[in-house]
Amino acid sequence: MWTSPGRLRAKGIIGMNRRNIRYIGRYNDRRLYPLVDDKLKTKLLAQQHAITTPALIGTVTTQFGVKHIREMLEGHHGFVIKPAKGSGGKGILVIEYRDGAHFVKPSGAHLALGDVERHVSNILSGLYSLGGSPDVAVIEALINFDESLSEYTYEGVPDIRVIVFKGYPVMAMMRVSTAASDGKANLHQGAVGVGIDIASGTAIRGVQFDRSRHDHPDTGHELASLSIPGWETLLRLAAGCYEMTALGYLGTDMVLDRDHGPMLLELNARPGLAIQMANGEGLRPRLDLVERQADGVPVEERVAFAQHHFARRSELATPQPDRAAVPSA
Amino acid sequence: MSRLPFYLIVALLLAAGIGLSVHRHVQFEVPWTPGELRQVWEIEAQVNFRAEGGPVKVNMALPSTQRGFRLLTEHTASPGYGLSYLEEDGVRRALWSTREAAGSQQLYYSAQILAAPQARGNEVPAPRPDPSVAWEPPYDTAASEVIERAWSRSADAFTFARELIRDFGDERQGENARLLLTQFDRVPLLVRLLNQADVPAREVSGLLLEHGRRRQTLTSWIQVHDGDQSALFDPSTGTQGRPDNLLLWEAAGQAVLEVEGGTNSRVTFSMLSRNQPAAAAVRSQLAEDAGTLLNFSIHSLPLEEQALFQTILLIPIGALVVVILRVLVGIKTSGTFMPVLIALAFIQTTLVTGLVGFLLVVAVGLVIRNYLSYLNLLLVARVTAVIITVIAIISLFSVLAFRFGLNAGLQITFFPMIILSWTIERMSILWEEEGPKEVLIQGGGSLLTAVLAYLAMNNPWVRHITFNFLGVQLILMALILMLGNYTGYRLLELRRFKPVTED
Repeated sequence: MWTSPGRLRAKGIIGMNRRNIRYIGRYNDRRLYPLVDDKLKTKLLAQQHAITTPALIGTVTTQFGVKHIREMLEGHHGFVIKPAKGSGGKGILVIEYRDGAHFVKPSGAHLALGDVERHVSNILSGLYSLGGSPDVAVIEALINFDESLSEYTYEGVPDIRVIVFKGYPVMAMMRVSTAASDGKANLHQGAVGVGIDIASGTAIRGVQFDRSRHDHPDTGHELASLSIPGWETLLRLAAGCYEMTALGYLGTDMVLDRDHGPMLLELNARPGLAIQMANGEGLRPRLDLVERQADGVPVEERVAFAQHHFARRSELATPQPDRAAVPSA
Repeated sequence: MSRLPFYLIVALLLAAGIGLSVHRHVQFEVPWTPGELRQVWEIEAQVNFRAEGGPVKVNMALPSTQRGFRLLTEHTASPGYGLSYLEEDGVRRALWSTREAAGSQQLYYSAQILAAPQARGNEVPAPRPDPSVAWEPPYDTAASEVIERAWSRSADAFTFARELIRDFGDERQGENARLLLTQFDRVPLLVRLLNQADVPAREVSGLLLEHGRRRQTLTSWIQVHDGDQSALFDPSTGTQGRPDNLLLWEAAGQAVLEVEGGTNSRVTFSMLSRNQPAAAAVRSQLAEDAGTLLNFSIHSLPLEEQALFQTILLIPIGALVVVILRVLVGIKTSGTFMPVLIALAFIQTTLVTGLVGFLLVVAVGLVIRNYLSYLNLLLVARVTAVIITVIAIISLFSVLAFRFGLNAGLQITFFPMIILSWTIERMSILWEEEGPKEVLIQGGGSLLTAVLAYLAMNNPWVRHITFNFLGVQLILMALILMLGNYTGYRLLELRRFKPVTED
């Protein structure tokens, strides 16, 4: 039931208090928070810094603008409407394609234009934003997510969280939604967290409900074979967010697009600690190592440094008895 | 980034807090525990005299705070007389006056005096002896012989005084002593002889305190100074030292009572002792004590504000509980300091009534708030609607409880309604977004925190300490600063991260 502080320290695990004081408090300037708390600002900033994000179709800032949505959506088949200051994935409307005058959600439900307009209007009045403050609706292109990962997810898009400390990608995990998590990528709701090796982009270890897993609970697919395409590009994008925001301790959420490769979905100035569980390793030794590095190192060198120092062997690669018996012919 | 200023501030706060508290404990006998009993003496002095029909002036010595005793309050009863208190060089006297009085007169003075072992008063400065006192023959030779005899057998002022007094005692009384006693009273004579030998001495009057005694008179003592030190001597035995129950009433060598315009004056004393809780004894200390900055105390405020402050000063304790539970344990609460306010309400309602009331209001509020969410209102309007709902629920419960004869139900009104409304709002959003499990976790965490904060704040010892020692607030501040610097694991993280350490 309980472990001792000594064993956690030996593993290099970081607790909430340490994260808040030593890393967030010291490296994240509070006045920079709005850059990451407002998805629209993040997006515009990312475009300036040549960091790929889902293409912006448009924004709606006034109730008057709601009436012009139709013109804005002209020519776009799939799109996502989200509140700029929403949290926890609330208020996100995904339209996969159009069926005549109707908009079709991934679940197959058909929406009329009026339904979409009402949704945007709700976003503007602050229904989904923190504290109910008035908000802006952001409309962006639908992510055509990479088919190579579809076997590892139940519903929804798996996203990859990379912790970037002083510009160095220090730890990564993929969050895979399951039936238990109701298609959401929240670990405490039952999503599977897959630790990703920084060097290679392959799975190290899987965790669901704090217990290790070797396969996806719904698709039954082995996690061991998981390898993220375009891993170095993804790391460079993530590491580049340091220059973009100047936040020292940052959680970057990335997705893989079939056509555009890795993309930045959103940033988090207070990333959680569950990534340590998914990796079976504490952040502390890596953060300590990065803290000793000089400032002003270019992105490529930082990524190479991380890939060199944070390489891990997969815990999932235990040879399966039946597979070992099959001749390699 | 140096942490030195931080540790300096913490050390400074701790030192100041502990220093102030210890100062208050030592200097003003504020006890560390509320139950401690202190002995308080009620002493009444009755002045009797026969007035001669003309103007009357009565001048009486008054006791002051002194070693072992602290003067708490004093009253006089003297109809028809004007009264003023005189104070000079730490010597207090009362002066009664009237234009016309005839016949038997009674004046009363009563004082409450706290037996306080650490109390210290102003020492009256040593008298200046005048050795060139003229004695008439044959007393001059007798006096010098007595002095010489005692001088040769003594080493310093105190031993000399002892020997001199013993020479006038019944056993060793010599001829010279007997001769002197025929002409002079014993105590003034001894003082005069001491002064002639250049030993500063004076006659003082004290009251031996004994519970329930009436019609007591003052006893005379001889106070001898030797440099900075002084000692009391019993004029009949020469015993040095001051009995514990001796209250010095007049310590300046002046007359205890002077009456102009009256005859047959005398003063008698009656006294009672009772034990009262130390906190109450502290409260009745004279207001003049509160004047200094070091003794910055809430006791100088009017009683009503004191009661208010008693509650206000408890809030840091509740906040400390919250900080400990969040930083060291890792309990989630809904609204950071909401549990403290709930705990304050529990203090008014008692725990069980408070818990039942809280759960009732929040549960009914959640149901109604659930309906409100269908109406799709703006936030402020919605919370306002919840506030009105909460007021309605509270009124309804109060009336129902009263009808059923449950007076405890009326105390539900002590709940902070706005806070309750926000709690309901927050829990409701939590329910929609994270599900009922998270509501249970956060709601349970809040209630647990509130109960623990209540237990801490309602503890009689804690109440006593926070109310009587303002320095404790600085100590709390230092503690909270230190907790704010804690980077270690939370208790619940030991459970959360356990799977990582397993393989």
